[in-house]
Amino acid sequence: MSQKDIKHHLPDAVISAYASGQLPEAYALVVASHVSLCDDCRAAIAGFEAVGGALLEEIDEVVVSDAALEATLALIGGASQDAIETQPVRPKSRSIFPGPLADYVGGGPESVKWRPIGGGVRQAILPTAKGATARLLYIPAGKQVPEHSHNGLELTMVLQGAFADEVARFGRGDVEIGDGDLHHQPVAEMGEDCICLAATDAPLVFKDLIPRVAQKFIGI
Amino acid sequence: MTIALDMRKMPLETRRRDLRRMTGSGWAISADKETTGRDEWTVCLLGIKENKDMAAFTRLFRHFAPRIKAFLMKMGSSEAQAEDVMQDAMAQVWRKAGQFDPSIATASTWIFTIVRNKRVDVIRKERRPEPEELSWGPEEEADPAEQTAAAQEQELLRKAVRNLPKGQREIVEKAYFGDMSHSEIAEVTGLPLGTIKSRIRLGLERLRHEMM
Repeated sequence: MSQKDIKHHLPDAVISAYASGQLPEAYALVVASHVSLCDDCRAAIAGFEAVGGALLEEIDEVVVSDAALEATLALIGGASQDAIETQPVRPKSRSIFPGPLADYVGGGPESVKWRPIGGGVRQAILPTAKGATARLLYIPAGKQVPEHSHNGLELTMVLQGAFADEVARFGRGDVEIGDGDLHHQPVAEMGEDCICLAATDAPLVFKDLIPRVAQKFIGI
Repeated sequence: MTIALDMRKMPLETRRRDLRRMTGSGWAISADKETTGRDEWTVCLLGIKENKDMAAFTRLFRHFAPRIKAFLMKMGSSEAQAEDVMQDAMAQVWRKAGQFDPSIATASTWIFTIVRNKRVDVIRKERRPEPEELSWGPEEEADPAEQTAAAQEQELLRKAVRNLPKGQREIVEKAYFGDMSHSEIAEVTGLPLGTIKSRIRLGLERLRHEMM
């Protein structure tokens, strides 16, 4: 894996929403996973965080209660000298799942509870807050995801293998941005099964009836 | 025979130790703003990190508490909730000070990220997925030139925010306070984000190179 292989990055709107803490959890998981592999987007987030810092400096102050400082010191634990934490070290992920994703799954791909959704494709929905859904997709080499479009925003990050659609080819670390205009049929490249992390805020819109019916039962 | 001290050939840990020896404890030498270009609040934060300095925390509190509370209220919190979350965030500033690295961010930016995360955690009650940490390592002595650059960029950015035309400033504020779609912020011009991005990008490149 090399940083230079990543060709499809996160758009500024997504990066600033993550940096300002406004992005729903499912999308934030895609962002954190991509950034674990991509220094360009990591630096871009730092830039937008600095804007947050500047806004914090520039904001009009409000009055804080007289007791606030003492209350805060009490929270610290009477300013206990031991209260300063040392750097937590999350062991570097050794699987194809970047650290933040491994946290949600509880390990690598072997820990995922996959469910078939037809055509050899499997998925697993991850536990995130309401508002947007994060799922892992397993697309066997050469297979395709049913043709669909999106009502809302879909972020799809490749973790293993690669897929291609009407837009481009996406390999490990790449993120495809799908919105209302994108109508596509991703096909996994031959050679290696493709595993993706995808986040959406609205159900996908399938072109064909069968997936539409299946959608009611399996929640794709 | 020359005894060349080629630090690039040393194991990373040794090099860090040697760097520390050369630059001293960091605090005593670099607290001087004239020589390092650190801003006042970054110096306070380092005082907490390195010396558990209560006076520095008190100064930091007096400066940031009213701003954090205002920020949270702009984001839609009631005054009581903003006060609570502010205290929580400031306590976190003390606890997490050990993780503060002045070559990546200034105090105001770092404190902003603490407040942001507290809000997601306490008010939105969501998890916030964070990227894998790069092991800058707690032993790393931050490069003074990097710190100066970070402080200068932050000052430029602050001035740029202050001088944005009213409409543009509103777009930026609303994006951060949660009232607006973020697609519009990409169109705000006049924020010097490029220099910050490229400096951090270069720093990450160096780090990855060292880690190999």
